[in-house]
Amino acid sequence: MSEIARIPGRNAGLTPGMVLPWALAALFLAVMPLIFASNSAITIMNQMAITIIFALAYNMLLGQGGMLSFGHAIFMGMGGFMSVHIMNWVERYELPLPLPLLPVFGGLSGLALAIVVGSFSTRKAGTVFAMISLGVGELVAASSVIIVAFFGGEEGVSGDRTYGLPFFGIEFLRQIEVYYLTAAWLLISALLMYLWSRTPLGRMANAVRDNPERAEFVGYSARWVRFHSFCASGFFAGIAGGLFAINYEIVTEENLNLAQSGAILLITFLGGAGFFFGPIIGAVLFTLLQTVLSLHTDIWQLYLGALFVMTVMYFPGGLAGVLMMHVVPARLGRLHMLVMPYLRTLLPAAIGIAGLAGVLEIIFHRRNMATGDEEMTLFWITFDSTSPWPLAIALGVAAIGIWIARRTAPALREAWEAANRIDLPPSSEGRP
Amino acid sequence: MELVLVNLIDGLVTGLLLFMLSAGLTLIFSMMGVLNFAHASFYMLGAYFAYQISVYMGFWMGLLIAPPLVGVLGALVERYGLRKVHQYGHVPELIFTFGLALLIEEVVQFVWGRDTMPYDIPEILRFTAFSISGYAIPAYKIFMIFTSVAIFVVLLWVLTRTRVGMIIQAALSHPQTVEALGHNVPLVFMGVFGVGTALAGVAGVIAGPVLSTFPGMAVVLGSIVFVTIVIGGLGSLWGALVASLLIGWLTTFAKAYNIRAADILTSLGLTPPANVEESIWRDIWTVTSPQIADILPYILMVLILVFRPHGLFGKRDA
Repeated sequence: MSEIARIPGRNAGLTPGMVLPWALAALFLAVMPLIFASNSAITIMNQMAITIIFALAYNMLLGQGGMLSFGHAIFMGMGGFMSVHIMNWVERYELPLPLPLLPVFGGLSGLALAIVVGSFSTRKAGTVFAMISLGVGELVAASSVIIVAFFGGEEGVSGDRTYGLPFFGIEFLRQIEVYYLTAAWLLISALLMYLWSRTPLGRMANAVRDNPERAEFVGYSARWVRFHSFCASGFFAGIAGGLFAINYEIVTEENLNLAQSGAILLITFLGGAGFFFGPIIGAVLFTLLQTVLSLHTDIWQLYLGALFVMTVMYFPGGLAGVLMMHVVPARLGRLHMLVMPYLRTLLPAAIGIAGLAGVLEIIFHRRNMATGDEEMTLFWITFDSTSPWPLAIALGVAAIGIWIARRTAPALREAWEAANRIDLPPSSEGRP
Repeated sequence: MELVLVNLIDGLVTGLLLFMLSAGLTLIFSMMGVLNFAHASFYMLGAYFAYQISVYMGFWMGLLIAPPLVGVLGALVERYGLRKVHQYGHVPELIFTFGLALLIEEVVQFVWGRDTMPYDIPEILRFTAFSISGYAIPAYKIFMIFTSVAIFVVLLWVLTRTRVGMIIQAALSHPQTVEALGHNVPLVFMGVFGVGTALAGVAGVIAGPVLSTFPGMAVVLGSIVFVTIVIGGLGSLWGALVASLLIGWLTTFAKAYNIRAADILTSLGLTPPANVEESIWRDIWTVTSPQIADILPYILMVLILVFRPHGLFGKRDA
């Protein structure tokens, strides 16, 4: 990755360039609830923050360590379950544990589980690791229905976050208080995970990902490095679980099943596993899609699946990778050369895709409508879904849009090459 | 004693079904190093295609047409999807097939809806083949056993006795050499992928009527198939067979005999806690074997990975 190559040897001391993004992030997190003050918006933001922590933790494996896990939700789930139990114990035995410290215990339980699982699963990376993670994930998810004493069976375990003593006068009754707690934890964990990636161990994780054999020749045990990354990832996933428990006051089997593990893979990969900030983009985007798009269409998961497959095939760097591809033209001061070609290709493509989505929506409506409910509204137009015209128009729009996009694509490619033409060695795009 | 025989047959049916899926999966893995996460999705497509065909032309045409259709689809996926992703490495390949599994499930829901399809056993096979002391064995089970065994025999014959099989086997271990000898190795890969997915399709066609055809059927079987080939040893066809049968019998017997954990624990010399309902160990004491039947394969897999990482028959390190 070019990002790493740029950093010369050691950089002692803090530079404004290192502090600024974090200060901005803190400011951003502090201001957000003032702009979006409604309760539902804050709920969405809480959800986002938790997903970001989880996605960043997941990316410690996928992006930084090259380990593809299909069962990472068990660590978040374990953190969540343990946190709810601690919440209840604190209430019952009146232990002096303030709520804001609860996620630490979530993290520690995630870590404990990660030590057990990692002891045998980190022997190899790649396919083998993926299979083991899948099996273990399935095992834990299935046991959660059987071991009722701990996992609470199908209804899960619920608690009450307003237990015990107020923390400096804050009782966490209101959503906004929980938001600031979550945001603080988000900032702390993101910073810690970032710093982790800068430690020698974090660097060795990159080395082991790229070439385990060489890393071993240098004198590091690839397994040892993987194991430690795995444990750290489990810890931060556990923190996300603890925050989930505080937010929703209930943790169920759904928090550790395979669907959840799959979702986090999707989020991280869509955002871009090759860059630290990739999962953040992914988490924000996914939460928005999930909450906003699902209000408008019943088949949003179909779109999501198609988007995911397309991303894997054409943009393996994810969204962050696509963004970072523009660093070179930006440095050369040639971004303006790309604006018109982009408009010429992407606008028709977007219209074509909208047309395609229209086709799918119309067909879906026809098949699933209640009798007599032929009317449907799509893109602010209301029409009769059974008449052939809307379908024909949508098909036509899709065909024309995609045809124009295909026609202008070569010009875009040329413009892209012109904007990137330099004498330096070409920058490699972010690898997943 | 008779119950044992009945369960043996039931387990055999489950095991052979599992084997039809894991055989294709393990063949694809040993050839391309790709674990096809969407393998069970092709099994689901097989069931749905066969149902759709059976509506118009009956079950037997479905059995005949659906698998090749699935196979062609699989070959197309290999040619236009997987081959493109291959350059990025094995992990993106795995992610691609994972995404494909999601997408196929969504597409199936889009086309056929969320409900279970009324895909049923054909009229001609709806009778009792024989009965063992009161337990009726339906003819369809016997049909399933014979179909899977026949497919396995044909597969084995093709792989070991024909020229095509020789080339496939050679391409497994020495793809460069085979290519140098003038064979089109990418075409061989595409063919193997197609045949593997077609096998999954056959499994779907014959399992659809008994295990019910619904959008979640891929997820139900998907991870078990993965577990099977890990237990059998990645890339080993015989291992896949043994592991499939093992899992089939293990789960069937665990479901048939109600073994209670309390009995085992007391026979080990432990005494149950005074108030079982209140104790935190209550789940350990009250659990029964039918309850844990479905997670036994996963426990077995973890044990295998800890004590014998190659799997039962695997040559390469799992």
